[in-house]
Amino acid sequence: MKKMWSNKVALIIFLLPATILFLGIVILPILSSAYYSFFKWDGMTSPEFIGISNYTELFTSKSAGFPKTLFNAFALALLSVGIQLPISLFLAIALARGVKGEKFFVALFFTPVLISTVVIGQLWMKIYNPEYGIVNAGLRALGLDSFTRTWLGDRETALLAVFIPILWQYIGYHMLLMYAGIKSISLELSEAAKIDGANAIQVARHITVPLLKPVLQVCTIFAVTGSLKAFDLIYVLTNGGPAHASEVPSTLMVSMIFGRNRYGFGSTIAILIIFLCFFFAWLIKSVFQMGGDQNEKR
Amino acid sequence: MKKGSIGNRVVFVILCIWSLVQVFPIYWMFTFSLKDNSEIFGDNMIGLPKHWLFSNYAAALKVGDIGRYFLNSLFVTGMTILIAVVASLMATYALQRMEWKGRRFANGFFMLGLTVPIHAAILPVFIILSKLKMTNSYQALIIPYAAFALAMSILIASSFMEGIPKELEEAACIDGCNIYQIFFKIIVPLMKPCLSTIAIFVFLQAWNELMFAVTFISNSDYRTLPVGIQTLCGSYTTDWGPIGAALVIATFPTLLIYIFMSEKIQESMAAGAVKG
Repeated sequence: MKKMWSNKVALIIFLLPATILFLGIVILPILSSAYYSFFKWDGMTSPEFIGISNYTELFTSKSAGFPKTLFNAFALALLSVGIQLPISLFLAIALARGVKGEKFFVALFFTPVLISTVVIGQLWMKIYNPEYGIVNAGLRALGLDSFTRTWLGDRETALLAVFIPILWQYIGYHMLLMYAGIKSISLELSEAAKIDGANAIQVARHITVPLLKPVLQVCTIFAVTGSLKAFDLIYVLTNGGPAHASEVPSTLMVSMIFGRNRYGFGSTIAILIIFLCFFFAWLIKSVFQMGGDQNEKR
Repeated sequence: MKKGSIGNRVVFVILCIWSLVQVFPIYWMFTFSLKDNSEIFGDNMIGLPKHWLFSNYAAALKVGDIGRYFLNSLFVTGMTILIAVVASLMATYALQRMEWKGRRFANGFFMLGLTVPIHAAILPVFIILSKLKMTNSYQALIIPYAAFALAMSILIASSFMEGIPKELEEAACIDGCNIYQIFFKIIVPLMKPCLSTIAIFVFLQAWNELMFAVTFISNSDYRTLPVGIQTLCGSYTTDWGPIGAALVIATFPTLLIYIFMSEKIQESMAAGAVKG
């Protein structure tokens, strides 16, 4: 048996397809992006080595506007963690306690996650339509005409207007992860606490949430890294506009590369997005683990 | 658990209100896909359509060529699933069962793919594809989608394979099976429940992907649904009915599968996060 499982030829055959795909399409491109990021290159003429100039331009140039996109991405991350996750957690706890129609609600809340972001984006574009969209129509029906806006075309509201559908679409995703997590926690502890006279809120706070920490960690990582790489809905709704008001790193990257042929600079943005994703994943993990130590002592 | 207490009733009402928040936009999409502009724009904004205009669907299929994009999406997604499933199952067998140095390292290496965003590869992959004259082809999407689906597929397959006892394989080995026979005749059939989990996960990724599809494909022959809908909505702005119909057509397969296998789908979307 041992001999069979250490068959070198079989090993290579089994690993080959995945390794070629993964190396060729995931790892090598990242390395070449890192390489391009040190060049000034438009994709046609020969690349010119410029050291870290792209990186300094990224943080200092006002016209490139990267700091602004970073600010927007962090704002989205903050909203995700501060608003989206608490709503998801509330829904998950409420559902996992066993209300009438539990399964139905779970299925319902999860539905938007499955729908293509293009469809969601085009749908919300209609919702926000200044003349016929249901947001403005609703406001008019309530006599609040002065609040009607060109939601996506107004520099003041565009950012929030693109964030709302993003948050809306993925609440159900986080809810599902948390719900599955709560369901896998044994009921004994919370039952025991209830016998001791704890109410629902106390049970949630002192038993469910601490035991749910691994899932909450995953959700936080997904929410933050998801915000850093957000693209689809923003691309569909505003493509970063008006006047870069809702620009995020990945929309800027795509417009730099494919709109302005700035291959080197675009690659620099790509590298920064990867770096930030790994950095925040690591940071969130460490923060959760720090909190976890105290818990284990109990 | 006490049902019918005040707290429970309040929670139930909140859940009902929230259902409205989550479902109303989708309901609205279905209704306006069946209305004409005069209903959508004033007479009957949010009610059910007074006259069910199925001609909107005909228009979406004809003018918007949505049927063609639908088939493209189906083909791209199907091939992606096939490649991702085969490659990840084979790799998982090597990573889970076989004995070799560097196994842990290789596993960690593949798991990098969980955090790497698909954006990171867009320019280099685009350059490779242009050099090979492969932009505007199905494989321009299938290969990258499969590559980026690998990490999660391997993760799901690994946690499932861990639970398969080794005794079966040992018995087969004693009976004289070689490793390939063991893989195809024992492991693959036993992995069936997990195959659908992987397939669903990959389906959702590939069916909905936008960034690669929009940058690699300019020829309408190869457009997938997300790109097709983008183009349709960009060029066809005044008539909302057919746009609504196109949106529904793109959503329909997912919802249909979801109705029949909602728990399986929920399980596959939660699989990576909760087990990992």
